[in-house]
Amino acid sequence: MIRTHVLICGGTGCTSSGSMKIGDKLEQEIAAKGLQDEVKVVRTGCFGLCALGPVMIVYPEGTFYSMVTIDDVEEIVEEHLLKGRPVDRLVHKDVDEDVIKAKSLEETNFYKKQIRVALRNCGVIDPEQIDEYIAMDGYAALGKVLTEYTPEQVIQVVLDSGLRGRGGGGFPTGRKWALTAPNKAPQKYVVCNADEGDPGAFMDRSVLEGDPHSIIEAMAICGYAVGASMGYVYVRAEYPIAVKRLQIAIDQAREYGLLGKDIFGTGFDFDMEIRLGAGAFVCGEETALMTSIEGNRGEPRPRPPYPAVKGLFGCPTVENNVETFANIPQIILKGPEWFASMGTEKSKGTKVFALGGKIVNTGLVEIPMGTTLREIIEEIGGGVPNGKKFKAAQTGGPSGGCIPASLIDTEVDYDNLVAMGCMMGSGGLIVMDEDTCMVDMAKFFLDFTVEESCGKCTPCRVGTRRLLEILDKITSGNGTLEDIDKLEELCNYIKANSLCGLGQTAPNPVLSTLKFFRDEYIAHVVDKRCPAGVCKDLLTFYIEPEKCKGCTKCMRNCPVNAISGSVKVPHVIDPAKCIKCGACIDNCAFKAIIKK
Amino acid sequence: MKSLAELAAIREKMQSKVNIRENGATMKVVVGMATCGISAGARPVLNAFVEGVANAGLTGKVSVSQTGCIGICQYEPVVEVFSGEEKVTYVNMTTEKVAKVIEDHIKNGKVVTEYTIGAATK
Repeated sequence: MIRTHVLICGGTGCTSSGSMKIGDKLEQEIAAKGLQDEVKVVRTGCFGLCALGPVMIVYPEGTFYSMVTIDDVEEIVEEHLLKGRPVDRLVHKDVDEDVIKAKSLEETNFYKKQIRVALRNCGVIDPEQIDEYIAMDGYAALGKVLTEYTPEQVIQVVLDSGLRGRGGGGFPTGRKWALTAPNKAPQKYVVCNADEGDPGAFMDRSVLEGDPHSIIEAMAICGYAVGASMGYVYVRAEYPIAVKRLQIAIDQAREYGLLGKDIFGTGFDFDMEIRLGAGAFVCGEETALMTSIEGNRGEPRPRPPYPAVKGLFGCPTVENNVETFANIPQIILKGPEWFASMGTEKSKGTKVFALGGKIVNTGLVEIPMGTTLREIIEEIGGGVPNGKKFKAAQTGGPSGGCIPASLIDTEVDYDNLVAMGCMMGSGGLIVMDEDTCMVDMAKFFLDFTVEESCGKCTPCRVGTRRLLEILDKITSGNGTLEDIDKLEELCNYIKANSLCGLGQTAPNPVLSTLKFFRDEYIAHVVDKRCPAGVCKDLLTFYIEPEKCKGCTKCMRNCPVNAISGSVKVPHVIDPAKCIKCGACIDNCAFKAIIKK
Repeated sequence: MKSLAELAAIREKMQSKVNIRENGATMKVVVGMATCGISAGARPVLNAFVEGVANAGLTGKVSVSQTGCIGICQYEPVVEVFSGEEKVTYVNMTTEKVAKVIEDHIKNGKVVTEYTIGAATK
């Protein structure tokens, strides 16, 4: 009889830090102690606390271990699983609370403000076991709609819930379904957009890895609501674990008759397939994604006609993002009022954010809409590390903008972000500290969009490249004040004239940094200075003679022999030779080298 | 899957296997499993609790876990049953005694006084 479950994270983050090997070793050790009939090892999806991986939870106690290594396994089995003494040194503790030790997941600062709807089963069930999903009320929502609801009622429930698309734009999901349902066609499609492209965002991957059945169930529900019998999940090939688990889930659902003909004996047919994307950012745009599924080069097409009328293979199509779908079964089971009770007036429910950048708790969090940025960064995220000051947060990836420190008390929802010139995007949230140069940051994202522009329309193809060139000019110290005006003008032109969302939003990182950090642009142009000390062309490295002890360490470590001097005599850097790599700064024990 | 009943049957069957992962237990059984406990026979006692609770259909409502040495080695195997603020300590436990504790105490809330530490130290 199983008395203890050891849940080990099998998400991409923890897998890459060795969780699968730890799982194998656990099973070996458990067998060696003769505990195999009492203790079960379960490989789950992502717990969210990726920075602390590999993570592990032991139930029924709920003991939460973080940063477990393969060498800890023997001790965990011997001490905890056999003798019941949790291994204290591995139990996760909150950084700022040395008095109270958080022993279970729910008690940590990282988790206690979270409400997990889309991620409810991630880190709880074994995603490769359909029975575990069913135990968590899985497929009950599908059963309920097929036997109790008309398609119109399903759409009404989704409309009433106030659910909006989690992939970026925030279009009301129920309205999308309602626009597709009445279109008469011999074939309609449901498409799940799992082409997660924003740098740093990985919530869709986590849902597919940790709870793939919820997507299958939601797509079938959507199929019933709009009259579609076929679905496609478009997922990037660089998510191998997600693809594998989703395929296993589809096979299991077919075997159980939860996909296929005559589901639950109601006469409703629905099946689905996976389509792999090659990782082009533009394929996250709905029309480009459909073009790619059709077997063509991923390029967007003009709208209208909208997919609801003429989508995949020319048929009416509903396309929703993974996280959007993941909310559907819960909305059906718990009711639209429950969902609408969370969040703000126009943004209902919860949203998953991928916290990254200069923050202590890197990982995935799911919080009600309307949580302030301060709560997300300082309380849940654990703040900015190394005592640095918070400067800005970037949301929406290359399509989004930044929120400066002065607006940290903003409640995060779709409309507040748009009002600031930002956007929700898929929920990537990159935290930046005082060492980040905002011009350089804008350049980074532009660099990305220039690479990823599909080239179909001129404003995006040529315009983004010209933007990048101007930014290059500014960061290398050759910019003029006119360039700043030109930047702004070009940004607005690209926004207004691009064919698809990629081009229309590509200038956002530039516009929003111009709005909140114009002084930094001016410092680069007028003073030829980078206030954050990032843009290399504007920096000079200099040894302060009064601090330099003449130890020769910097000289020996300089890769280009730019430093000269003799023992016990202050050294000098030759600016003509210096490549500004920073090796001297890292090696100086006396903090004598400064960049300015 | 041709009917909702089939789905419900799988759910029923599986729920008892996964609800160990919820922190919703209102009653907690803790078995002392240090060296002293194990040598006195705590493992069969622990397993008997796990099985008994499952057979009674109470997994998820009653959690069964181990702990280290409770400090009264002469009375091992020691089992503590927590419900709310109340704690009852059973001593010198055997698998036979477990059956009675589950029946009387866990299911019906009646403490089996003769097995408690109070009775043993008299």
